[in-house]
Amino acid sequence: MAISSDDVLHVARLARLRLTDDEVTRMTEQLSTIIGHVEQLSSLDLQGVEPTAHALDLTNRVRADAARPSWPRDEVLRNAPDPADGGFRVPPTA
Amino acid sequence: MSVDGWEAVIGLEIHVQLNTDSKMFCACANVFGAEPNTLTCPVCLGYPGALPTINGGAVDKAIQIGLALDCEIAGRCQFHRKNYFYPDSPKAYQISQYDQPICTRGHLDVDGGRIGITRAHLEEDAAKLVHAGGSGGRIAGAESSVVDFNRCGTPLVEIVTEPDLRSPEQAVAFLGLLKNTLQTIGVSDCDMEKGSLRCDANVSVRRAGEMGLGTKTELKNMNSFKFLGEGMAAEIRRQIDLLEAGGEVRQETLHYDPQARALHARRSKEEADDYRYFPEPDLVPLEPSADTVRRLRDAMPELPAARIARFRETYGLSEQDATDLNAAPEIADYFEAVAGASGDGKAASDWVRNQPGAVGTIPAEGLAGVVKLITAGTITATIGKQVYALLESDPSADPAALVEEHGLASIGDSSELEGMVAEVLAQNPQFVEQFRAGKEGVINALVGQVMKQTRGRADARQVQQLLRDRMQ
Repeated sequence: MAISSDDVLHVARLARLRLTDDEVTRMTEQLSTIIGHVEQLSSLDLQGVEPTAHALDLTNRVRADAARPSWPRDEVLRNAPDPADGGFRVPPTA
Repeated sequence: MSVDGWEAVIGLEIHVQLNTDSKMFCACANVFGAEPNTLTCPVCLGYPGALPTINGGAVDKAIQIGLALDCEIAGRCQFHRKNYFYPDSPKAYQISQYDQPICTRGHLDVDGGRIGITRAHLEEDAAKLVHAGGSGGRIAGAESSVVDFNRCGTPLVEIVTEPDLRSPEQAVAFLGLLKNTLQTIGVSDCDMEKGSLRCDANVSVRRAGEMGLGTKTELKNMNSFKFLGEGMAAEIRRQIDLLEAGGEVRQETLHYDPQARALHARRSKEEADDYRYFPEPDLVPLEPSADTVRRLRDAMPELPAARIARFRETYGLSEQDATDLNAAPEIADYFEAVAGASGDGKAASDWVRNQPGAVGTIPAEGLAGVVKLITAGTITATIGKQVYALLESDPSADPAALVEEHGLASIGDSSELEGMVAEVLAQNPQFVEQFRAGKEGVINALVGQVMKQTRGRADARQVQQLLRDRMQ
């Protein structure tokens, strides 16, 4: 399956990436190669094979529902570029 | 509902915040109302390398919800990443469930209709954004937003219904029964004001009798039963008007503004949602065992739908009364305590429905005492209301003692009542004459005078009978 430059721009927009024209061209080539590589799977007969949800053959790993102390707020906000009112201030979201 | 030959088609998406002790994928406390950002850790803040762990208690509660809604519990389910960029999601994805949810294909019966449950799945809640600047915290016009991550990562179950609801009233009744069911099984406090129960509605209309579906709109921000009903009614009206004027309904998301009682379109997105779901590699699948499901099923309390049926059967109540008493588990519990202690279900139902303030304030024995005094004829129904008022100011008092203390006992068979009747007759010879002349209506005036003297301690019908006996 060939990847078009529109596909690359779409995925870049979803990932909030701004790409130059050169980068779009390069990514289109590289992603096409990667998809082509994975597409080799289509040549296999996978009739009756369950899709693998996880590489580990494990299930039901859960923890008991018990609360433990959280991190101190000062510590949490230390890396915030613009803390305000005990929170992380961000640009308006709408 | 059929409006001018149109029929509404409604499906709901309900988010329920589970009342676990800890969050869905980390051990931070799951508490509402704490100081902002005091309940966070590297996992719920989305630090690189921090790994989630599944809260087993939340899984049990999700299964309980599935069982209460007659869902199939998946033999195997798993979590997916739902990718999106927004400041309420520090990982830039939400861990949710996609094509393998934990519960599928259930139903809840309401108002004589069966409402299908498409699915119920586990996920984590997002952080809360407080919009600063602008007018009144509204999103529009805000100068900045402040993020509080306390809610981020708290466990949610999203319940999706089939488009089986046909009117706003039915949708509100459904949500009421669902809320009571969730409270009864103890998985959530379902407080819409605190956001632990949130409801979005997909609404479309079609010509009555048509089977296909019209274009739907999604209604958000209806954070009370009242707003939910109002918002859906307004949207149904809008769509009908639009279609009748030859227009077309556009698929969009609308926000209900309760102040303006109007729906506002959210600024439309540049492109359709593209969440690029993929299996969460940090979590292994869940396979709820038959034993676990059986254990949870066996521990299930009586559900509201069954309780409504039992109230009708056992106490001879109407469907409406039985439903009213099941508006919340604590009301139903209180009613049963009063009915049990008084031995009179019908009277207990009347009292509990007419005095909603009694729940949680007047002990059931107290109200049962009032009911018993009335049933036994010790006091009249009118005096019963007075005794109840006395109980309100002194909830632990014994109703029988209150009757004694305030001299409220009925005087139905006493010589006191006989004396009052005689006195009133003596004072009103003209009425007696008119009555004997065939003008029966005057007896009401005489009854009124006697009742006034008894201060409610006698039964009006009995007084009338006494007067009649004396005058004939």
